[in-house]
This record gives sequence, structure tokens and C-alpha cells, in this order.
Amino acid sequence: MKLDTSGLESFAPHQGVDAEFKELSLVASFEFPNVTNFDDFQKKAVQMVKPAKGTTTLAFIFKDGVMVAADSRASMGAYISSQSVKKIIEINPYMLGTMAGGAADCQFWHRNLGIKCRLHELANKRRISVTGASKLLANILYSYRGMGLSVGTMIAGWDEAGPGLYYVDSEGGRLKGTRFSVGSGSPYAYGVLDSGYRWDLSIEEAAELARRAIYHATFRDGASGGVASVYYVGRDGWRKLSGDDVGDLHYKYYPVVQEEEMTEAAAA
Amino acid sequence: MARYDRAITVFSPDGHLFQVEYALEAVRKGNAAVGVRGTDTIVLGVEKKSTAKLQDSRTVRKIVNLDDHIALACAGLKADARVLINKARIECQSHRLTVEDPVTVEYITRYIAGLQQKYTQSGGVRPFGLSTLIVGFDPYTGVPSLYQTDPSGTFSAWKANATGRNSNSMREFLEKNYKETSGQETIKLAVRALLEVVESGGKNIEIAVMTKDKGLRQLEESEIDDIVAEIEAEKAAAEAAKKQPPKESTS
Repeated sequence: MKLDTSGLESFAPHQGVDAEFKELSLVASFEFPNVTNFDDFQKKAVQMVKPAKGTTTLAFIFKDGVMVAADSRASMGAYISSQSVKKIIEINPYMLGTMAGGAADCQFWHRNLGIKCRLHELANKRRISVTGASKLLANILYSYRGMGLSVGTMIAGWDEAGPGLYYVDSEGGRLKGTRFSVGSGSPYAYGVLDSGYRWDLSIEEAAELARRAIYHATFRDGASGGVASVYYVGRDGWRKLSGDDVGDLHYKYYPVVQEEEMTEAAAA
Repeated sequence: MARYDRAITVFSPDGHLFQVEYALEAVRKGNAAVGVRGTDTIVLGVEKKSTAKLQDSRTVRKIVNLDDHIALACAGLKADARVLINKARIECQSHRLTVEDPVTVEYITRYIAGLQQKYTQSGGVRPFGLSTLIVGFDPYTGVPSLYQTDPSGTFSAWKANATGRNSNSMREFLEKNYKETSGQETIKLAVRALLEVVESGGKNIEIAVMTKDKGLRQLEESEIDDIVAEIEAEKAAAEAAKKQPPKESTS
């Protein structure tokens, strides 16, 4: 499988123009293990390294742009390794990516995507579209299909064609849509998001919807928690709207009602 | 294959790349080609050497499509042109596939020029012997563009340009007579430039017009004849007006 070195290669061939074809034979290879059922073995190997996507991220398009929100908990099994992970990755001033799955995979490939987007800008004197950026990422992930990458990301941005939102994953899938939620907490987030969504939300209403959806997911899903970050992507780029601890949000939405003092029942 | 790796294009002591300059000579011997950019129309014209009687002239297309919104005309070695055009067409589709967007004129020009440059800096190959005129509309902004590339791999944008045989006279004519035009006026300007160096008549000229909505359209021989007739009439009228003594007499 040809690995993606397109950000690094130079364009001057060393020896004639047949070098393009010689590249194919230079792919690194390793010896296959000697098992009876290789496909099964391959599946088990992938399952072993595949980290569960313990997280909640969501994004939706509404009339004023795109709202992106995520939690901030990283878990290794039952151990909470961090409560302050940045799951919304700033690809460039007008595009955001969300992180679900392997943290290292998401961070690396989003930064790589940022490099590609910048190179595109420099070469073509105009910004890359959200469509193009998501397609670049999807093509890279597809070329690594089956090698154990775990990435479930949403690319959100505002380009010449308006607000754009794409879901891209490590299986090589790429979907265009208006509402997505990714991660182990996504069923809970979808419940709140889908029931409260309207196209003509204002920015504050949309932010509150996103915040509540993340909160409810962190309430029920053990692998989600920490801080609910909300970002807004508008015509002039993205800006961070809020980052609230979900514990504080809980008591804000469901304040503890002071129990009434117990009084003796009036003598009958 | 060490024997074939030696570069053919090497520097001369005084800093010239002779192979590239010889390639430019080949271009100068090729048929004339002209391109004119208007506000809503871009016109490409080429000189058509008389076709042999038994030859099917439809297979000798000199102005070709690279994509729905981009066209190319060239002067020089036609076989080299075929190879370059095929690679460019593949790149147009490949771009659509990887970024879901049609190419811009500047992008595909840069790609073609890059290819031409690659062949001046590789072992065992010679430069492409052609200069191209690339026209098209930007897929998003709708702005028309005209670019020219040459065997050295340089490219630049032009309002109007000519290449191939007698390109200097055509360029001089364009410099004298160019102004922002649209529609039929743009076509007439291109035809007038070609007529400077080519025998008049629809048989010797091939014209293609690109508009934003309709893409590339090759003009029929009859249409070209009509335009040529119009131009000749205008020229005759201008001559007559000059020769006539001034009407206002100081009597």
C-alpha cells in the first residue's frame, strides 16, 4: 500500500520520468505471519489495537453558520487519563476538526491536513474548500485502511460556498450533512440535538443546544466528561464561545432544591 | 540504463539552454495561433494549412477541450501536443476527484508549464516543442483568463497573445488595436489579428469561442467567411473615408 508522502516529496525526478513508476516498487513490506486463517488473524489484530471512541463530539449547520462542540475526557479503559483534552482542533482560522478515536491519530492527521490546506492556499492563491479539505483527509485515511488508524472526525468550516460540514472516518467513509455526533456518547447527544434543532436558531440558542447536548451525553456516558467546549464557525472564521465544566452545568440545569425543614405533623 | 540518463538539456558556457531555444525555434515554425480575452467571451484562433483533399479534416483538431470550461490551442510539434494534452486532461479529472472541484485556468496552466519544465531537467528526454494558449473561465468567480506557456516552462497571463508563425506581427497588431471587448467584437479582433498573417478566407482559419454558459464552440466555415467579409467591408469603408477629401470645404 502506497504511504502518503505527498507533503514531503520533491518534484524533480532523479532519473528520467520513469521514476514515477519505479516508486510503486519501493513500498516497504514485511513478512506475513504463518497462520492458517490469515484474514481472521488480520481482523483480530485490528480489533486488538482499535481503541474505542470514548468521547462525545457534535457539530451542526444552522442559518448563521456551524456550531461545533465536544467534551474533554480521555479514557484508557476504566481509567480516566485526562479531563482536559482539546478535542476541537483548529486546522486553520476558518476550519475546525473534531477528535474522536485515537487521540494521536486525530491530532497528527489534522495537523497534516492543516499543512496540506496551507500549501493549497499558497499554490492556488485561494483558500481550499471544506469539500476539498475533507476529501484530502478521507483519501489519506482510505489509503491507511485496515492498518489500525482510529479516527472519527468532523470537518467544519465556512468557505466560498457557505458553511460546510463533513464526517470523515478511518474506514475511509466521508459523509456530507447538517447534523453529526461522533463517539460513545453520541446516542445521548443525538437525542437532545435532534429534538431541539431548528434551522433558524440564533447563535446563542444554537450554542446552548450544543452545550446541553454535550452535557447530557457526559451525564450518561462514562467515557465522556470534563469540559464542554463550544465553538462557532461563521463567515469570518471560528471563535470559541464557551468552555464549561459539565459538573457546573449539571447544577445549573438541575439546581439542588433545598429540602424543607422537617416539622412535626400537627397533632391530630 | 546509465547510458540514457545523461541530460540532453545542459547549460552552455554563457548560460543558455540551447535545447530549449531550439524548441522555441520549432514553435516559431509552427502554425500561427492567437488568443483574445474579452469580458464575457474568450476566442482562440489558429491558422489552418490547406488540408489535403483526401484527408478528413475533422481529425485534425487544433483547438481542443481540456475540460468543460477550459480550452487549449498550441503552436509547434503536434505529436508533442497530443501527449501534453492527454496528461493535462487526466490532471483535470484527477483534480475533480481529489478536491471535488473543477480546476482553475491558472492551476492547469501551472501544471502544463510544470510538465514542460520537468522535461528540460531530466535525463534522456528533450523539451516539448510547443507553446500553448490556454483559456477558460474560473469555475467560481466566472472571470475569463488567457494564459500562455512555452517550452522552457514559464507561463503568464495575457489579455491577448499570439504564438507560432509570424507571432510578432500579430502581437504588434494586437498591441495597437486591443481594447476591452465582448461577444462578437472579441471574435472579430481575433480574426483580424490572424488575417494579418494568413490568407483571407474561412478555409485557412479555425476559430473557437468559449463562453461561460455554452463552453467551447468551434465556428463553422460559413460563419468565419461571414466574419471575414464583415471585416473586409469595414476595412474598405475605412480606406474610402480616408481617401475622400474632407467634406467641409472652406469656401
